[in-house]
Amino acid sequence: MKVKDTQATAPLQTQQPTGEDTKGLLRELVAHLRQNRTQLREEWARRITQAKLLTAMTEEEIFAEATSVYDNYVEALETGTFEALQAYARNLSERIIPRGVETHEVVGIVLLLRDVLARSLFGKYHEDFTKLNRILDAYEPAANRIANTVAVGFVQERERIIRQQQEAIRELSTPVLQVRERLLILPIIGVIDPQRARQLTEQLLRAIRTNRAKVVVIDITGVAAMDSNVANHLVQTVEASRLLGATVIVTGLSPEIAQTLVTIGVDLSEMATVGDLQGGIEEAERLLGYKVATLAEPAAPPQPA
Amino acid sequence: MEVPILKQGHYLIASIQSALTDADLSQLREALIARVGKYRARGVIVDVTALDVMDSFAVRTLRDIAHMARLRGSETVIVGIQPEVAFAMVQLGLSLKGIVTALDLEEGLAFLDAKARERG
Repeated sequence: MKVKDTQATAPLQTQQPTGEDTKGLLRELVAHLRQNRTQLREEWARRITQAKLLTAMTEEEIFAEATSVYDNYVEALETGTFEALQAYARNLSERIIPRGVETHEVVGIVLLLRDVLARSLFGKYHEDFTKLNRILDAYEPAANRIANTVAVGFVQERERIIRQQQEAIRELSTPVLQVRERLLILPIIGVIDPQRARQLTEQLLRAIRTNRAKVVVIDITGVAAMDSNVANHLVQTVEASRLLGATVIVTGLSPEIAQTLVTIGVDLSEMATVGDLQGGIEEAERLLGYKVATLAEPAAPPQPA
Repeated sequence: MEVPILKQGHYLIASIQSALTDADLSQLREALIARVGKYRARGVIVDVTALDVMDSFAVRTLRDIAHMARLRGSETVIVGIQPEVAFAMVQLGLSLKGIVTALDLEEGLAFLDAKARERG
């Protein structure tokens, strides 16, 4: 954000040319770029393919995008306003991020375009060195600002998507389920960060109260990794549940997690653990005094011939 | 504010109605322990449902009550700890290790009854 602000207020010209000069030079520049549009655009698309950028897109798509980026680029140079370009960059990012386009690719193609255009300017003005310098003085700040605008737009769009996904994950919060009278299960899936751990605990404690639960089975089969923070939080959850009069059984500790916990030396002596969810529920039923019995005789095992 | 202590069968029930000062808590401890002997109570229930904060002194007093009552032959159950209070307690490291807790008065009585049956 800060980068963009300073860019927006920075004057376009360097010390030598005046504002009027720059405008005139940019007009000349734009006319040149319009004239050689087809050729420069093709050169650019070729360089993109050569640099193995945008590999997620087909050549036709690259060419189509290149055309519109090129036109917007020239327009931004001409008008000196970046709102349209900003909107375009956002729109472009929206389309290409789902295709798996990376930040370095977007920055890369914009920089390539800058280079291609600069090269063509070298070609055009190579006989008049002073003129070339003045043209470049006008061109470079504008081009850099464009590159900046596009890159910032892309990153912002990306961050927006990440925020959206985080939101979605948070909403898929872990349910607390009652499986028997006074018995709750809490299956935890995915990564536990401190915020989620806190949310989980609060949810569980409320559920214990409303369901008058005596036993809670927390199943962490779906948790891939655990560090000391999360482990300590789990211990706190168990302790807090106990204060509400509920016994907690933790099930589904993977071999990796078991090893981690032993290695980092978390004290789990207060925690009742059972191998899997089935075992945990059986243990919980035992604690609650349930006895599960089949109604009919189970089918006879097949007799060996 | 003095905490009313009710006698119910073999049990004593202390129901805390509002936030207590340290002096109130100490007074509660003395009164409960004295009555355990006087009524030959088998169990003590301290109901803290009305408390929405629990500081270290309160936790220590509850722990002292439980230990002292046990020495005088009575089992203590702390009931009605609010979810938020429980969470805050474990975060502050205020634990009631080794002391029985239950969801509410009903659960606490059920626990003491079960304990009594066990003893026969």
